Amino acid sequence: MQGNGNPSRILVVGGGFSGLTAGIEAAETGSEVIIIDKNPYLGGRVAQLNKYFPKICPPLCGLEINFRRIKVNPLVTFYTMAEVESISGEPGNYKVKIKINPRYVNENCTACNACAEACPVERISDFNFGLNMTKAIYLPFEQAFPQRYVIDRTICPKDCPAPCVSACKYNAIDLNAQPDSIEVNVDSIVIATGWKPYDASKIDNLSFGKVKNVITNMMLERLASKNGPTQGQILRPSDGKPVEKVAFVQCAGSRDENHLPFCSYICCLASLKHTLYIKEQNPSAEVTIFYIDIRTPGRYEKFLNNVKEQTGVNLIKGKVAAVEQDSDSDDVVVTAEDMLNGEKIKKRFDMVVLATGMQPEGFEFKVPGLKYAVDGFVIDTDGIYSAGCAKSPMDVAGCGKDATSAALKAIQIGARR
Amino acid sequence: MEKKIGLYICKGCGIGEAINTEKISNIAKNALRVPVVVEHDVLCSKQGIELIKKDIAELGVNSIVIAGCSPRVKTYEFNFPGCFVDRVPLRELAVWTIESPEEKQLAAEDYVKMSVIKAQKGEVPEPYIVETVKTLLVVGGGISGMTSALEAAKAGYDVVLVEKEPELGGFARKLYKRVPTDDFSHGVLGDVNIEPLINEVSSNSKIKVYTSSRIEKIDGQPGDFDVTIAKGGSTETIKIGAIIQATGWKPYDAKKLAKKYGYGKFKDVVTNFEFEEIAKKNNGVIKRPSDERVVKSVLFVQCAGQRDPEHIPYCSGMCCATTLKQARYVTDGNPDATAMVIYKDMRTPGKLEYYYKEAQNTPGMMLAKGEVTGIREEYDKLVVTLEDSLLGAKAEIEVEMVVLATGMVPTTKEPQDYLIGLAEASAKGDEAKAQYIEKTKKPEFILNLGYRQGPELPFLEGGFGFVDSNFICFQYETRRTGIYAVGPVRQPMNMAEAQEDARGAALKAIQCIEHVAKGMAVHPRAWDTSFPEPNLTKCTACKRCTEECPFGAIDEDEKGVPFYKPNRCRRCGTCMGACPERIVSFKDYSVDMIGTMAKNVSVPSEDDRPRIIVFCCENDAFPAIETAAFHRHTFDPAVRFIQLRCLGSVNLVWIADVLSKGVDGMLLLGCKYGEDYQCHFAKGSELAKYRLGKVQETLDRLQLEADRVQMYEVAIDEYWRIPDIINEFMDKIREIGPNPFKGF
Repeated sequence: MQGNGNPSRILVVGGGFSGLTAGIEAAETGSEVIIIDKNPYLGGRVAQLNKYFPKICPPLCGLEINFRRIKVNPLVTFYTMAEVESISGEPGNYKVKIKINPRYVNENCTACNACAEACPVERISDFNFGLNMTKAIYLPFEQAFPQRYVIDRTICPKDCPAPCVSACKYNAIDLNAQPDSIEVNVDSIVIATGWKPYDASKIDNLSFGKVKNVITNMMLERLASKNGPTQGQILRPSDGKPVEKVAFVQCAGSRDENHLPFCSYICCLASLKHTLYIKEQNPSAEVTIFYIDIRTPGRYEKFLNNVKEQTGVNLIKGKVAAVEQDSDSDDVVVTAEDMLNGEKIKKRFDMVVLATGMQPEGFEFKVPGLKYAVDGFVIDTDGIYSAGCAKSPMDVAGCGKDATSAALKAIQIGARR
Repeated sequence: MEKKIGLYICKGCGIGEAINTEKISNIAKNALRVPVVVEHDVLCSKQGIELIKKDIAELGVNSIVIAGCSPRVKTYEFNFPGCFVDRVPLRELAVWTIESPEEKQLAAEDYVKMSVIKAQKGEVPEPYIVETVKTLLVVGGGISGMTSALEAAKAGYDVVLVEKEPELGGFARKLYKRVPTDDFSHGVLGDVNIEPLINEVSSNSKIKVYTSSRIEKIDGQPGDFDVTIAKGGSTETIKIGAIIQATGWKPYDAKKLAKKYGYGKFKDVVTNFEFEEIAKKNNGVIKRPSDERVVKSVLFVQCAGQRDPEHIPYCSGMCCATTLKQARYVTDGNPDATAMVIYKDMRTPGKLEYYYKEAQNTPGMMLAKGEVTGIREEYDKLVVTLEDSLLGAKAEIEVEMVVLATGMVPTTKEPQDYLIGLAEASAKGDEAKAQYIEKTKKPEFILNLGYRQGPELPFLEGGFGFVDSNFICFQYETRRTGIYAVGPVRQPMNMAEAQEDARGAALKAIQCIEHVAKGMAVHPRAWDTSFPEPNLTKCTACKRCTEECPFGAIDEDEKGVPFYKPNRCRRCGTCMGACPERIVSFKDYSVDMIGTMAKNVSVPSEDDRPRIIVFCCENDAFPAIETAAFHRHTFDPAVRFIQLRCLGSVNLVWIADVLSKGVDGMLLLGCKYGEDYQCHFAKGSELAKYRLGKVQETLDRLQLEADRVQMYEVAIDEYWRIPDIINEFMDKIREIGPNPFKGF
């Protein structure tokens, strides 16, 4: 046999950047691919990002191409709001039970928005990390794929007259929808369950949730996004004031035995990128980055140099000891030590951004039937391959490589037949 | 098969209320002679779809125009295999984004008319298929190349592996130990295990290995490459489907560090590569070169000649972990030995942090941030001076040996530098070129591509010689279709990363072969079976297409007549845009099709009602426009949007044709160009801009103002800018005044 005579059937768990990449790259070799994601949309974590480093280009640009590749490829099917219930079998013959949670909006939806206009209740936007509200029936974001509304039923009042149902002319809303379960038979499985931001409130001295205007790096992504809660203006949450003086605290939870013991790879580059966001909106803004090591490997060094060259950007090697509320304003006071000259720094900022790291999804939620390391990352076995941040902290470019690599491992299983 | 067009107009989502669909139906039936015209209340409903299917089966409809909503929403519903299908987003472009009822109607009529023209002119493409060879060529037999070869073989593909050295293994063979790839619970020094890998590759029945060999020439196209391999005095030409370049890197020339660190002057100042050789030779015992004494104190200088604008400005990514490993050679088993590491930043990203932690907890290991400012010899010791370190503003340290952590330079750097120099000299004229060739030492080329556009993978601006993808999202994107770079030749990376990368590149090479076997393009138009079909009888051999193709898909004969290699083509249509004779067409995309569509847009006769045509990139600008519609932003009703595969396909004849019809202005919306370009076809938007620079001539002939044609860069997330861009342009047009050709 020469060539792909025995295409594989592959299940990809997770439809974020890595899962999409692994799935599409495998499908374009001739394999059949099923992608599942627990969210009501594909695109995962990167859909929440404003721009990628180092090109400062929009994530949607690449997602759009990948969505198009999915749309035209009959070998790819996908399920949103889906999760693995169980995995049994062996390489070449896995049986996977998948639970599909109800969206309460069916394929009749035309995304006309009449339902959301009628809906009387609001929910906290998880997409925007609680920085604003959406209706209970909502479109996750305007370029979401699939472009279909979804209902957060946990928020619907019991006695709601359901004006969404009467507003919809296309019978797209089914409030009584029930979870569905399907079983698929596949040769191999790619695990691309990604990460979530580490819960910053667990880091005592950094005072997230206790001191006003201490936010996380992912919250800043949403503030800087045009489709975010402030239409892209970086305003501090307490009073909506544009920021002049901002501090970044690197390794917030990362490289710390009490929190995430590993380095989250992206946070240095992310804070440098965030510096550019802030400087673009306010060239006179002052940005201070407290770091342990600036990790911009490879050609990213150029990005570091570009940011460092800007005026009003200070990089200080030093660990932050305390983050406190200023006694007579909404400002934040940071206490740190400059490790190179031993000096103690106590400085006031408009806003403090915690460069919180990646907690692998597997730390809290484990896919049944998989092996995990203590830190929550997936351990590969023959036939089941991790990709991207489910395996190790890495940047988007790294996920692209790693997911394409996982696609190759996955298609090898069918070739054994 | 005779073409039979069916136009289906949806009246749902407010279209029926906002638009007089009956009027559109009548225009279609009478003026456009569309044989089947149907209006439906909810076209995406089961009955709606069934109705279309019935018409296909019973009436022989084979070209379908769906006038309703954007395919962003109803993505899968209107899928009719074998039929030409075009979607008109009436809801988004007419109903939602235009305020005035009359203007909504006029826009709807124009968009339907254009789509019907598209259906009239377009055909379902038939793929170009040549007999496809599914064998992969891997150039370079180091760890990346061997991994690519072996992993591709495991997926069922035959591989030819070419290595210039007499033996496989590359740099990995020179290593004493490697950084383990696990969680370091089994120790911090891993066995390299290169011999078993070499044996596995050599004995695999699907892999044919050529050692002491090099690539003399590569001709042809994906699925059908002719690769000539030279070994000894003889050559052999074999058929290859896709190519992986895994030619790796060279250590930075440490002689250039003589002044700063005394390399070459002091025998006991060595590079990390030499240090590895010492460890391997003595099985882990570190004896310094000057007197072969076993050393008890070694200082490692990180970033030696790296992150340094005078040497290599980038970080090699692998040296920090390599140094931590090499420091263990010094300390392991020697309780009184010390290894000191002076770093700028300790770069052990991700899980390598665990490796750093291990080092921090190792007795005898001293790690400190600082800047090494000089090294001198005193008796039989080396004295290292430090500044700005954790040890204070200034410090001196006495050691027996110093290791410089020098970085990696891709093997492509030398050929690239030569070719860039050659291009620059050639631009100055024949004499300068001849002089350059005479005076410059010609390096050994690696791929020796028989491509009009040069013998190696193209140069990436600001890429330091690495032949990397410019795309964050598409790591294996290459401007030479079917040829993928892998490992440290494309990015600085460590061994573990290179092995994953090797699998990724192998997958892409396999994918390319499988796509060309079906006559399908590869990324980004990975579904497209159309291909450029030039009518060469009218070709004037002006060479614009061969020069401008971003993918080197078109070679030329001695007379300059283009010779298309369709499997190299990405279907962007840049050649179609470049051709002054308009002879390049795709079955479903042509100069005539887009030109006719644009020419048939209504041009109101009133002077105060301008008409603007907007050519937009379908990948980024148009999705931004649709997103603006989803936000219910409104546009000036003067605009009509026409989607293009890429702005690279804009042919200047469209501009002349449209403006001579009385259209008041033309706007081009495309992707960012320049060093950090976002154009999915690398050069498309840049070429559109370049061509616009030449449009003045056309406009002069028509006695029209140059400002009537403008281009903007728009990213996919900049939907909020669209109304402003249009308004800004409209202000300009109103200022210039109406097109004098109006009404002719």
